[in-house]
Amino acid sequence: MSPKRGSESFINVDQVWKSFDTHPVLRGISLNVAAHSATVLIGASGSGKSTLLRCMNALETVDAGNIVVNSELDVTAFNADLDAIRRRIGIVFQSYNLFPHMKVLENITLGPTRVLKKSKKESVEAAMQLLTRFGLEAKAHDYPDRLSGGQSQRVAIVRALAMEPEIMLFDEITSALDPMLVGEVLDTVRELREGGLTIVMATHEMSFAKEIADQVCFLRDGIVWESGTAEQVFESPKRAETQNFLQRVN
Amino acid sequence: MNTPVPGADTVFIDPLRRERSRKKARRDALIGIASLFGFVVIIVLLVGRSSGWEAVQKTFFDGDQFVESFPGLLQAFWLNVRIFLIAEPLILIIGLLVALSRTIKSPIFLPLRVIATLYVDIFRGVPTILIIFLLGFGMPALQLPGVPSDAIFWGTAALVLSYGAYVAEVFRAGIGSVHPSQTMAARSLGLSSFQTNRFVVLPQAVRNVTPPLLNDFISLQKDTALVAVLGPIEVLRRAQIDTSSNFNYTPYVGAALIFIALTIPMTRFADWMAVRSARKRQAGGVT
Repeated sequence: MSPKRGSESFINVDQVWKSFDTHPVLRGISLNVAAHSATVLIGASGSGKSTLLRCMNALETVDAGNIVVNSELDVTAFNADLDAIRRRIGIVFQSYNLFPHMKVLENITLGPTRVLKKSKKESVEAAMQLLTRFGLEAKAHDYPDRLSGGQSQRVAIVRALAMEPEIMLFDEITSALDPMLVGEVLDTVRELREGGLTIVMATHEMSFAKEIADQVCFLRDGIVWESGTAEQVFESPKRAETQNFLQRVN
Repeated sequence: MNTPVPGADTVFIDPLRRERSRKKARRDALIGIASLFGFVVIIVLLVGRSSGWEAVQKTFFDGDQFVESFPGLLQAFWLNVRIFLIAEPLILIIGLLVALSRTIKSPIFLPLRVIATLYVDIFRGVPTILIIFLLGFGMPALQLPGVPSDAIFWGTAALVLSYGAYVAEVFRAGIGSVHPSQTMAARSLGLSSFQTNRFVVLPQAVRNVTPPLLNDFISLQKDTALVAVLGPIEVLRRAQIDTSSNFNYTPYVGAALIFIALTIPMTRFADWMAVRSARKRQAGGVT
């Protein structure tokens, strides 16, 4: 089902709680993401950015609350169809997590052939198209250990894209990279944003956040402390904690 | 003035330094050989001058006895090789299945998990030779219809069960050595937990444990001799028979040489694999 264009709450996160053992990470967090928009989560380490993204992809189960996509797919339902969720919502991690025993092309076609049940030929063609689009076609038959960090992360993005998701979650995807390689990965995200994908991204790259975000959410202690357009949050933050955080990272 | 920039693949070593390090390498090699030679001379002198050496030489290193017994030993060794070749694939299958059943979390498979855990606990806890005795003498004594009473069969079965428990633990360690982020990445692509095991975890686990598995198989090659306690004439039993009929222990030395001839290449191979996989993992970095 295609997302309702312009809908203000394509993804609706409502009062989500999550703790690990006795340590609360998300404490009743709520936020809305519009279709085809980019939402950037900022906040200190441990503020709950990664955990929220993982809950949105059902990689973690929530303790309370709901996350609903397009008012029809409840990611947090007890009997949620995990396959359907993960087919529609892709995620890319900080540490790439490519499969080291598979060539780049195999990394990318694993999902399409095994989960989407596409033919080998079809998924290889689609993968090559994606690799070419992001300037990685020469690496198709290399193993991940032959790639730079930036290339690895772009392959990880392509691997998630090969599942043709409607939503992409990016979990600090440039944090493990050499500063010189950050740009190429952010270019990739920029292109996806222009292509109309719905993006939720946790990042420490504030200047990139300013440039790309339709909505910025400042997370602190497991709730959205302040949110608004990039201009609102970065130029005139209302709360002292937000100002404090922005001062420290700039 | 601009400093000249060397080409990207230029290698420059000071000829004086090169000559010096070449000399050092040559000297190190000479010292090593001399030291080794001196050591061997000392051992030979010490052993040769010991008061019992003549008697030992006669009973353990008798050339005639060696030539006479060796063909028979080799022939008997063929049985060890066959036991090994049959046991090895069975051990791999049992080890893998047991390790996998211990990782299944679904509550329906609790019995499987309990059985697998009990199996490993019991068979890893009892000495292999004791398992051979128990199965080799116990099972035929039951006189169950359809159950073979062959000593070679039960000896091999005991080895398979004993080593299967060890190898299951090796596989389990291998599965544990694959970082959880790999599973998470696979699940995030929508792969089921079975598919994640099959395509992502197991291939990496097997690669990680190949060196320790080879070690276990070297050990198995030697332990085929334990089947001798049940009576089949494999190489140790053959040597034992020869020894007691001639009152000379040379056949034992012959049997040892046969084992060494097989295990040393295998050991070197295992070392090489271990070094290679360590290097691979180093080169892999963050994946």
